[in-house]
Amino acid sequence: MGLIIEAIVTGILTGGVYALMSSGLTLIFGVMDIINIAQGILVILGAYLSFVLQQHFHIDLFLGLLITMPVMFGFGVLLEFVFIRPLKRDRTMLSLLVMYGLALVIEGVLNLIFSADLVQLQGWYTTASFNVGGFYLSYIYVFGFLLAVVLLAGLYWLVYRTKFGFSLRASMQNRVAAELIGIDVERISAITFGIGIALAAAGGMAFGATNAFDAASSYDLISRVLAIIIFGGMGSLSGALIASVGMLVVEDVTSVVWSPVWASTVFFILLVIILVVRPQGLLGQAEVRKQ
Amino acid sequence: MIGRYLLRPRAFLNSICVLIVALVALSACGSSTTTGTGTGSSQTTAPIKIGISVSLSGDFSADGKALMEGYQLWASEVNKSGGLLGRQVKLDFASDASSTTQVVTNYQKFITVDHDDLVLGPYSTLLTKPSSVVASRYGYAFIEGAGGGPSVFTQGLHNLFAVSPPVVSQLNGFTSYILSLPASQRPTTAAYATEDDPFTQPMIDTAKAALEQGGIKTVFYKVYPAETTDYTPIAQGVVASHAQIVVLGSMLPDIIAYVKAFQQQHFNPEALAASAGPDQGSSFTGPIGGSNVAEGIMYPNGWYPGLNTYQNKQMVQDFIAMFGGTADQISADSAEAFSVGQVLQEAVNKIHSIDNTKLIAELHSDTFQTVQGPAKFNDQGENISAETAIFQWQKGSVVPVLPPDQASATPEFPKPNWP
Repeated sequence: MGLIIEAIVTGILTGGVYALMSSGLTLIFGVMDIINIAQGILVILGAYLSFVLQQHFHIDLFLGLLITMPVMFGFGVLLEFVFIRPLKRDRTMLSLLVMYGLALVIEGVLNLIFSADLVQLQGWYTTASFNVGGFYLSYIYVFGFLLAVVLLAGLYWLVYRTKFGFSLRASMQNRVAAELIGIDVERISAITFGIGIALAAAGGMAFGATNAFDAASSYDLISRVLAIIIFGGMGSLSGALIASVGMLVVEDVTSVVWSPVWASTVFFILLVIILVVRPQGLLGQAEVRKQ
Repeated sequence: MIGRYLLRPRAFLNSICVLIVALVALSACGSSTTTGTGTGSSQTTAPIKIGISVSLSGDFSADGKALMEGYQLWASEVNKSGGLLGRQVKLDFASDASSTTQVVTNYQKFITVDHDDLVLGPYSTLLTKPSSVVASRYGYAFIEGAGGGPSVFTQGLHNLFAVSPPVVSQLNGFTSYILSLPASQRPTTAAYATEDDPFTQPMIDTAKAALEQGGIKTVFYKVYPAETTDYTPIAQGVVASHAQIVVLGSMLPDIIAYVKAFQQQHFNPEALAASAGPDQGSSFTGPIGGSNVAEGIMYPNGWYPGLNTYQNKQMVQDFIAMFGGTADQISADSAEAFSVGQVLQEAVNKIHSIDNTKLIAELHSDTFQTVQGPAKFNDQGENISAETAIFQWQKGSVVPVLPPDQASATPEFPKPNWP
């Protein structure tokens, strides 16, 4: 029983980190109707930026986010301007190809700079832990979860409590109608893309502090994050959060109770069931519009 | 279209004839190229092309890079000394991204498109199995250094030669040592976790059987998919078992995750052994937080920098000169690749040819010297002369601790607590 509780707690904490990565992806899809297939490699890029700041400038991983997140925000805006905005027709399909190509280029550059050696972000909290009810809880998982809560709360406030958020949600509901009422949808798109990439940077730091990674880690990440946002409902922030935590808890509990071999399978069975019952995912487009 | 030909049978026949002539000409070109490769003709001075698939991304990326460096070092040494049969060696690398599908494509391309004279093996049992089948299909000798899982040798291939020690018995030195401890010191419980990989699982299962036979109770045993990325629940299971010995069938990413998790959980087993990962030098110690964290961790291997074997000292010096770093940072994968090159070089020099058929016959009949020790192959391609030592991280370095006749230090037991 203790192991199951431990698995649930770990699943919730790790799920928070995945929520950070997937919320950026789902936000971009919601506003721009594109699937940013490069989100995985951008998460890894964020992790490498934290690595550089830590190794060469001895900047704490969490403090380093004050640098990496704005940098990645700017990079995201630039990517949107250069690669996404020029796509006027078949935007969803073409953006998939463009972002996949971009992901390959970024992966190649990262391999060139950092080689294929695995690295892991270090800090006093990456190995330290504290005792809770008989088992040790690692600080990095707790801090990573708290970071996710703070950033997602901030994102929620931005989306639902500000004028920018009003414009953003209007763009999510109907781009043409939003333009007709005077919203600068292209500007909203660029900022949204930047926010999504900045969240990837934060998720990357938390991921890199809990896992050894190299550029190729992005493939596993993007497949998991895509599964999460499909499960939660494409474009739904709360859906991404629920699905992230749900996926990790289901996998961890299955691993403990049954076998690690079935951990992913059980999650994907649940995903198929959800898609059969609710093709739009747990909290798909309709739910977002209601909010 | 067809109707037009039916109305003009002569034109149709002419077209068929042209097609047949073209096909015959093409196949003649193809066969002449195939025959031309690997004949070992001493007339040509063109470089000898050797196709090698390496894992430069994916799960085996660190090992793949080390393997590539070993091959590069060997080729550089050979070329500096005048080449192979007077011809320069040119390595034709392609990355397989640790994928069993891509590795097959790569070897298919080396042989049928690039017309490489020879091919050498990739990293891991997983990738060696399908690629050796491709080489066998085209009659190419397949010397490899990093695919020693038992399933490699049950494929019935005549062209495969594994220069490194067979995997299945690699932890025997470790299990014998544990069982030889006085009853008062001997641990009584063990936990095992292994990837479902043909390299790791047989090794762990053999160790488990030996320890169980010696009276050591198994308190945890889990097999997990090689694609696993979240090791936390498995590590928690090991921790909760309170096992005194932990034996892991791991590669580099998982052993890093386990060490981190055990540290976080303040779990200090008396002995910790892993099939692979700790042999990766700084690629292992960097992510876990330094070589002091690695203190006491054991792993099996056929090579270490101080091994007194054929050309080993020279190889270590040359490796540092070529790639930098220190002797301790050299991965055993590099030595395995270098050994592969040595065996190839000796065999080619003995038969004065790079003809693959002659090469296979020679490899089956002789004994070869490598930096890992002697290599003598049985019918299945296993190196029956190879010996495996158990290594342990001690004070920032790797030292052989078992068996006693190969040891340069005594095993550190029990393993010290995490720093």
